[in-house]
Amino acid sequence: MVELFINKFSKTKQYLYSILLIFLVAGICFIFSGYIGYRVVAFILLVTVSLIAMFFDILPVLAAALMSALIWDYFFIPPHFTLQVATTDDSILLLMYFVIASVNAVLTYKIRQIEKVAMQKEEKANTVKLYNTILNSLSHELRTPIAAIIGATDNLQNHNEKLTQNNRYELVKEISKASFRLNQQVENLLNMSRLESGIIQPKKDWCDIIEVIYDVVKRIEENGISQKINININPAIPLFKLDKGMLEQVIYNLVNNAAIYTDATCIINIIAICHADVLQIIIEDNGKGFIPDEITHVFDKFYRLKNTKTGGTGLGLSIVKGFTEAMGGSIYLENLSTGGARFTINIVAETSYQKNIKNE
Amino acid sequence: MSNPAEILIIDDEVQMRKLLEITLQTNDYSVSKAATAKEGIIMAANHPPDMIILDLGLPDEDGHSVLQKLREWYTNPVIILSVLNNEEDIVNALDAGANDYLTKPFRTGELLARMRTALRGAFTEENNPVLSYNDLQIDLSARTVKRNNELIKLTATEYALLATFAKNEGRVLTHQYLLREVWGPGFINQTQYLRVFIAQLRKKLENDPNRPEYFVTESGIGYRFVFKE
Repeated sequence: MVELFINKFSKTKQYLYSILLIFLVAGICFIFSGYIGYRVVAFILLVTVSLIAMFFDILPVLAAALMSALIWDYFFIPPHFTLQVATTDDSILLLMYFVIASVNAVLTYKIRQIEKVAMQKEEKANTVKLYNTILNSLSHELRTPIAAIIGATDNLQNHNEKLTQNNRYELVKEISKASFRLNQQVENLLNMSRLESGIIQPKKDWCDIIEVIYDVVKRIEENGISQKINININPAIPLFKLDKGMLEQVIYNLVNNAAIYTDATCIINIIAICHADVLQIIIEDNGKGFIPDEITHVFDKFYRLKNTKTGGTGLGLSIVKGFTEAMGGSIYLENLSTGGARFTINIVAETSYQKNIKNE
Repeated sequence: MSNPAEILIIDDEVQMRKLLEITLQTNDYSVSKAATAKEGIIMAANHPPDMIILDLGLPDEDGHSVLQKLREWYTNPVIILSVLNNEEDIVNALDAGANDYLTKPFRTGELLARMRTALRGAFTEENNPVLSYNDLQIDLSARTVKRNNELIKLTATEYALLATFAKNEGRVLTHQYLLREVWGPGFINQTQYLRVFIAQLRKKLENDPNRPEYFVTESGIGYRFVFKE
């Protein structure tokens, strides 16, 4: 925050504001000089210089230190309105005033420099840590299916005559499964890099939410899941102008996640509601829910929940958040009091009601 | 097949050419291959094939311009291959005269089904006026639709949309194509009409309108009317 404050002011402005502040404080002290002694004024000015040191660069602060020493000498130390100092005590005080103010400026500046270096170091360490997490997760998620493919093809090529018909069939099935897994991961990575590039622009077109949701559910059911999926949408829900591809990906990732990470007997509910011009989509399950401490992290890139099974890159939910926000929407995750998790998406979009279109 | 259809594959990836060649030869097609756009166009001109499978991502020339050059004289089907997440490319190619598309990676069964559909002539009022499948019967010359032998009442627009689909059974039809054919050239961006009328047709003709078998969504591209498997 302090850094921000400094960056807001140019060098020239920092000089100007330091000097002005000194003059202002000195002026107020001068008005009340009948009530307070001139030595107290020295302390008030010293506090002012210290405060300036907290926010501004070293040179403007040193200028303020020098300026305040001169002002104190000229206006406050007897004899007034002259730079002369009457007593030895006051000479020593004036010298010490200047030294303390300068030391103050230099020390504050040094502390800030050290803080800056430490922050950069920490940032770098975090980047390295994230990079390692990405590498580990990616190399695992990409290499496992590749290993399966290479192993299976090796077997088929080198031991073809020794393999039973059934084993041959099993190996081919493994190759197929591994390929689809690879394809899924590559798609996630491509979506992530689309988001990262920052050039992602939603292509808005009229979407039939009922069609979108049923299509996604059909695709997920074709993967062979055992959970029951309930869909609850009012048939009179209007069309929404949204990026259909993004919306599909968001719903797919959420429902697919629910299917992967809940028990086979769980139930997944998908609800779509229209509130004025807001499309609300709720995807909830009656599984175990999320560990409360982890809820704030689930949308982080490459974040994998502790103790979860392998099979993801930690990209699914960050893509969900990225796409939802790219469409101008928001997403919220909560645990249900009855157990299970609920994702709520709200997107403001143009709507079109069927009854206004049937024009024949 | 006594007289196998000749297919020209234009793809720069040797692995893709190999895979396509094996798949097609196993299914009794005769195959020729080209690795570049230039080679492909020359081969097509010297000996016009019954169908071309064209990869959109060729090294020496943009696939769209290859398609455009071919379509100046070549009237047989062209099926394009594209990478995923490139709906705009696919829609442009379909509007420029490609008959169908597949995105890599694709299932070979899907490829063969698309090829059969593209090689088969279109249904018209004259050559094949009645289409029937399961419980559904569409009579293009009488302009009637029956489900379980019961006449289904369709509005004029619903019927026009259904007829467009029926004539192009199995083929992907882009949003723009359907809007132009049914509503007219001024309506090609009014996709909300299409969404509403597709939903209505599904309600009247599908067994489960939410899990359609006949009016299949091709996400980001259009719809496909699937009537025969």
